[in-house]
Amino acid sequence: MDIPTDTPPKPSPVRDSTPSTAEQKRNARGATRPGDRIFLGLSRGSGIALLAVMAAVAAFLAYRASVALSDNTGNFLTTFEWDPAGLSTDGKPYFGIAVLVFGTIVSSIIALVIAVPVAIGIALFISHYAPRKLATPISFVIDLLAAVPSIVYGLWGAIVVAPNLTGLYGWLDDYFGWTGIFSYEGGAPRSLMTVGILLAVMILPIITNVSREVFLQVPKMHEEAALALGATRWEVIRMSVLPFGRSGIISASMLGLGRALGETIAVATVLSPTFLIQASVLDYGGGTFAQNIASKFGEADEYGQDALIASGLVLFVITLLVNGAARLIIARRKEYSGANA
Amino acid sequence: MSTTTIKPSGGPGGKPARSALQGAQLPRWSPYVIALGSLAVGCGIGLAAGLDSRIQWGLIAAVLFIGVSYALATTVEGGRQAKDRLATSLVWVTFLMAVVPLASLVYETVKRGSEVFSGYFLTHSMGVVADDEPGGGVYHAIIGTLQQVGLASLIAVPIGVLTAIYLVEYGRGKLAKAVTFFVDVMTGIPSIVAGLFVLSFWILILRFDFSGWAGAMALSILMMPVVVRSTEEMLKLVPNELREASLALGVPKWRTILKVVLPTAIGGITTGIMLAVARIAGETAPVLLLVFTTPLINTNPFDGAQGSLPLYIYQQYQSGNQAGYDRAWAAALALIAFIMILNLVARGIAHWKAPKTGR
Repeated sequence: MDIPTDTPPKPSPVRDSTPSTAEQKRNARGATRPGDRIFLGLSRGSGIALLAVMAAVAAFLAYRASVALSDNTGNFLTTFEWDPAGLSTDGKPYFGIAVLVFGTIVSSIIALVIAVPVAIGIALFISHYAPRKLATPISFVIDLLAAVPSIVYGLWGAIVVAPNLTGLYGWLDDYFGWTGIFSYEGGAPRSLMTVGILLAVMILPIITNVSREVFLQVPKMHEEAALALGATRWEVIRMSVLPFGRSGIISASMLGLGRALGETIAVATVLSPTFLIQASVLDYGGGTFAQNIASKFGEADEYGQDALIASGLVLFVITLLVNGAARLIIARRKEYSGANA
Repeated sequence: MSTTTIKPSGGPGGKPARSALQGAQLPRWSPYVIALGSLAVGCGIGLAAGLDSRIQWGLIAAVLFIGVSYALATTVEGGRQAKDRLATSLVWVTFLMAVVPLASLVYETVKRGSEVFSGYFLTHSMGVVADDEPGGGVYHAIIGTLQQVGLASLIAVPIGVLTAIYLVEYGRGKLAKAVTFFVDVMTGIPSIVAGLFVLSFWILILRFDFSGWAGAMALSILMMPVVVRSTEEMLKLVPNELREASLALGVPKWRTILKVVLPTAIGGITTGIMLAVARIAGETAPVLLLVFTTPLINTNPFDGAQGSLPLYIYQQYQSGNQAGYDRAWAAALALIAFIMILNLVARGIAHWKAPKTGR
């Protein structure tokens, strides 16, 4: 983004010459030869095709969702059931997303609460603390963390991590069980908390990478000025690096949030879902949008699939908003930060 | 690691001389000793209290390390230095917190996966094997994944690279801005939503059957923005002098792009494409919705259900018995190995063919 692209040379010789015919003008702009026109058309067409795909995603999801919603007898936003086949209501579809909204938000918040501080720490480690020789291998390790497929995370979370969490949850229950949030009745720890921890590991790389980029852009002058005043390394970071990187951290967290909201298969593997809202995040149960789609798809008839598409549309809109906002923050920061001045 | 901001002026003997300006300092080795000590105490407490999860041991050790180094530094070095040390130890602990999961994941996958991983496992399908009996393999799933990823790349790579060319070489004005923004947003589309989209128009509206091709379409939607982004970055690295030199010789713009710009950036573009392939090869959700699955070998991605490596792991896990778990881990090992090799080769190419920036 920072490197100027091929801007045409500004003092155009054509503009200076007095008899500027139409043909000369076109020559100056390029794109007159047939090859040029074809190539421009192709590449512009690809860009348009990409936009068309986005529009088509929204349009088709909205269409199928409207098919499902028109027959729904429950309130789509507040119903605590997922019964599009109408098994308990004489064949009348009855479903809503309240439980999914709750589960998705809770697990994503847990993931963010764990991942953001850790990611900032790692980003600082790479940009300011690690010995120069270590920084590159560490970035590489973080990239590997991002490359691991989510199904492998799911398998690892369900078989390796979850059994190791019972002790921690028991401890939390002993000391913080009175809050209700951390009460734990025992049983398999396939809960929203476990999902949140797993999601935290999964979104760590993206938050780390974006924050690291921002931290590395902090003008050296700012840091050296602080150092010259006798600041310790932490004071340099607190006074020059973090303020400069704040918007970067925010947008990085939102990108991570977008990832956490839409994660499917790892959640479906780890969570033991129930269609209930419960106060405790440690007991198994709950559900998220994406997990619900993956788990219910196998048993869904065509109408059931439409109902799942309706919930997918909600997920699509939410992630669109979160990601769009994150990108806008990054874009605005680029304009005002003065980093390239 | 324990450098302080005021560098002690090195004496001639190599040993740093104590400056009069400098207060008392903890010795350089103190963080290591504190780390080892708190690790030992953490394990000790864990053993003594009979805590069964290693996660608790680690957390106790981490808290001890941070607490002890802060307390020591406060007493010896004073408040500001202590805060600096606190920050340093916190940063080191977070770094370890990132390494531990990766190490554990790789270790467990290799250990548990190698139990049934073999040449037989890679070259046989699940055709005549029941879910709860040992044996069988991933051959059908590997074929499925390779074909789906290949088809997805065939769609996504030309569109992605051409879009990037448009953005870098031609893009001005509103269309380019819109494309840039939506490419960014598209990167964040959850994979399951891409799957639902293809499900809604290809299967529910156009009434086609489940097939590898349907999965490939969804995967290509996930792949496109990644290809655009990485290609764009690489094209921007190509020095303008090259373009200008070519244009000045009267070479048309499209030939300049094809013969000068693209060859200069080809290493980076290849890397980006391989990383994108690595990303979609591990996607399960769209494949789950669109390809369905079969234990048999189906080499035609346009007709009927196919296997897929990530989906195979999910199903073997769901079968809920030891034979299934073993196969799931072995398939996870195969998938991770495939993706890691792609990653390493991609980075190798990037390193080896990095464009010279001309500065």
